[in-house]
Amino acid sequence: MIIPHPLLGPCDAQEFTYLGDASLIARPDGMAEGAADAFHDYLYLRDNPAGLHRELWYHEQGDRSWLVVTRNTLTHEIVKAELARDVARAEGRGR
Amino acid sequence: MHDLAPLTALGTKAPQQEKIGLVTLAEAPDWALASVTARLGQEAACAAALAQTLGAGAPGVARYHGGPVLGAFWIAPHSWMVQAPYSAKPDLAAHLRGQLGPCASVTEQSSAWARCDVTGPAPLVAEMFARLCNLDMPQLPSGHARRTVIDHLGCYLLRGDGGAVSVYGPRSGAQSLWHALELAARSIV
Repeated sequence: MIIPHPLLGPCDAQEFTYLGDASLIARPDGMAEGAADAFHDYLYLRDNPAGLHRELWYHEQGDRSWLVVTRNTLTHEIVKAELARDVARAEGRGR
Repeated sequence: MHDLAPLTALGTKAPQQEKIGLVTLAEAPDWALASVTARLGQEAACAAALAQTLGAGAPGVARYHGGPVLGAFWIAPHSWMVQAPYSAKPDLAAHLRGQLGPCASVTEQSSAWARCDVTGPAPLVAEMFARLCNLDMPQLPSGHARRTVIDHLGCYLLRGDGGAVSVYGPRSGAQSLWHALELAARSIV
């Protein structure tokens, strides 16, 4: 599988490690009201789509960046790859 | 006073060199390394300070700047590895800390890496690295720098002019890296 890295171009998936669903970026505020329930959902509840799935990949043997990769779980086609930093900032999570 | 004899990463007194066919492998122990990473929010200031220190622009994505004394290559967004001959900059990290100020985090890296310089005709060296790593050497321009995997070892690969390639591998795996390079060089003779 080839992952189109937004900075480095096409890279072999062998250079990456996989973390999981990109919704892991949306970590709840641990100090907020109802944090226990929010963390339960964050930790255990996942969609399991047959089709497009956004997931986190780490370019360990490359530039050490985290990517959000949109992959079709039926065909393994990779539709999009973005820097997780940009995705997090767009969601208002960056400092 | 201790009287300690320095050894190279391969465990010998003098750096090893081997000519296999038309390809030469040479251990290059005389390099000091330090990584430079911009602090949060200081990215532009860090790149500018590094450019001033290098006397050239801070290398862009996957680029390598050789430099007369101080050289640098890109390792990650807003992060570079700076190299210099030991004799010229034995205290490279301290020197960079002084030059760059508080906009960057500087980490001494010299003893973490072992360097091997590979030289030979470009097509042969390209064939050799095709057996070692994922990078497509004929496609890579001179001055390209990338991290890649060679025999399970995470290495930095710097593409020089023609058939010159420098490999920085983990010092603790220097002999394994040398073995991999040797084996690949033998397999294309």
